[in-house]
Amino acid sequence: MATAEAAVSGPPRASISERIVGFITRTPVHLALLLIGVVWLVPTVGLAVTSFRPRSDIQASSWWSSLLDFHFTVNNYQQVLDRAGMSDAFFNSLIITIPSTLLPLTLAALAAYAFSWISFPFRDTIFLIIVALMIVPIQMALVPLLRLFRDWGIADWYGGIWLAHTAFGLPLGIFLLRNFFITLPRDLIEAARVDGASNLRIFLKVVLPLSVPALASYGIFQFLWVWNDLLMALIFVQNSDLWPMTIKVNQMQSQFGGEWHLLSSGAFLLMIVPLAVFFALQRYFVQGLLAGSVK
Amino acid sequence: MSSTAVPGPVGRPRGRRLPSIFRRSGWQGLAFILPAVAFLAVLVVYPLIYTIVLSFGDTNAKLNIVRWVGFDNYKTLLTEDKEFLDLDVFPPTGALINNLKWVVLYTSVSLALGLLIAVLAVRVRYESFIKAIVFIPMAISATAVAIIWRFVYEPDPDLGALNAFITTFGADPISWIGRADTVNYALIFAYVWASTGFAMVVLSAALKGISEEVIEAARTDGASEWDIFRRIQLPLLSLPIAVVTVWLLINVIKLFDIIYVLTGGGPGNASEVIAFTMYDQTFQNGEAGYGAAVAVVMLLLIIPIMVFNIRRFRSERVTA
Repeated sequence: MATAEAAVSGPPRASISERIVGFITRTPVHLALLLIGVVWLVPTVGLAVTSFRPRSDIQASSWWSSLLDFHFTVNNYQQVLDRAGMSDAFFNSLIITIPSTLLPLTLAALAAYAFSWISFPFRDTIFLIIVALMIVPIQMALVPLLRLFRDWGIADWYGGIWLAHTAFGLPLGIFLLRNFFITLPRDLIEAARVDGASNLRIFLKVVLPLSVPALASYGIFQFLWVWNDLLMALIFVQNSDLWPMTIKVNQMQSQFGGEWHLLSSGAFLLMIVPLAVFFALQRYFVQGLLAGSVK
Repeated sequence: MSSTAVPGPVGRPRGRRLPSIFRRSGWQGLAFILPAVAFLAVLVVYPLIYTIVLSFGDTNAKLNIVRWVGFDNYKTLLTEDKEFLDLDVFPPTGALINNLKWVVLYTSVSLALGLLIAVLAVRVRYESFIKAIVFIPMAISATAVAIIWRFVYEPDPDLGALNAFITTFGADPISWIGRADTVNYALIFAYVWASTGFAMVVLSAALKGISEEVIEAARTDGASEWDIFRRIQLPLLSLPIAVVTVWLLINVIKLFDIIYVLTGGGPGNASEVIAFTMYDQTFQNGEAGYGAAVAVVMLLLIIPIMVFNIRRFRSERVTA
């Protein structure tokens, strides 16, 4: 569509000399952006290339000199998945992350509906307190939560980390979803009320279907937050059989040290899911991130 | 929520005016928020208060308080703990000072680079490509960022790209994260690399909101590109810049993962920061009371930012 508009109302074509002048005045811009592109790409590309090279090659020559004569292998990934236990860690990460996303999403949506469309005593005060809780650092809760989870017998299982992520994800979720819910048309909600629909029915049949973008943004944000978390997993997942990938990669680092064929492939396995989410759902991801910039 | 089956018109005819707490909708509202509030009360507010209490005591291995010590934990932390704050040497050292370096350098460089890229990228056709490249590190974990940069910083110039680069100019390879004088800057740059995408996206969106006509009018009046940036774009960006700064500051005070993975606070204690001290004292040294005092210091540093945020939130509501 943009090209069609440009064809109709676009500026007249620049002459060749004008284009040359334009190109020369823009050269510093292109050079600066080229430098930025290199600095942002080379670190990741270097590790990616290394993860597909045989161990002996990595020790013999640099990754950039290998590009001309590349010996491709997926052996490193096989080793990391099988012997280093990364496949178990991958499933642990999933088992930790999915409930830690769905639970706060559900509870936050329910609460956000009440904060937007039901009037009850102290509503705005309670909402403000919840917004303020958004900034409490997890460090203020680590020890008391660990004691609680030990008392409840869930410190050696996934239960503790599910609860902790849910609680610390809720304030942001309530804040984001409430800000979206109040933008829904008032007439629609009032009409449903007049028709005798209960609040639960309005929530399920009117508000949720209209709020998919906001729910997706917050869901993706929370999913990546939990998937990428290291600190909470270190404290609340005490059983090493249940460790997620972040801890596993870090443990590989101290265990294998400079064995870059294992470290590079391990780090890439850790990155696969976030990168897939990023490329598939970029719009929602950026929206969630912008909206969640208070966290 | 059993009330869903109640038939008849709801909400409209209300006959007597009771205080709102007795009205049906009041109870329903509380029912909707109850699960979330229960989670927050038990798993955030109670621990928050407990940690404050804990900071005035000493604990045993089971994390139980065995003795009250008043403000001793705070006194030790701020005056005797040389790993946390050492003012006797010049320049001062310690985790708090390292964190201060982070506040100044990480915040300003991420902001400046994000702004620079946002301003430059709109002028070229491959804008979305360059923005995606800079933004991607935002999606991945600090653990992965740490591994990526550990590889860049490898001392062996056949492994580490940075040392390969400087050795082509005849310099000797440097162990960037193995030396006390370079480790903090190496860490800060790695994390700037990871965070610049955020600043760029926010500022780029704000830049595009500025009317093209205003800028064109200034251009026809003979304003230089620098004038346009300095006198039109920058003043209109002050709010988004504040948003980004708040985000970066909170990030920097909570900073933990990248240091834990990349250096473990070393060499020695050279790269420790506040959140790392908290973890180290509580879970490595078993000093939960002392660690709680460190956590309270973190909270006290964050509270001014929280106040700023709520004010901003309130003023947004007024205008909405």
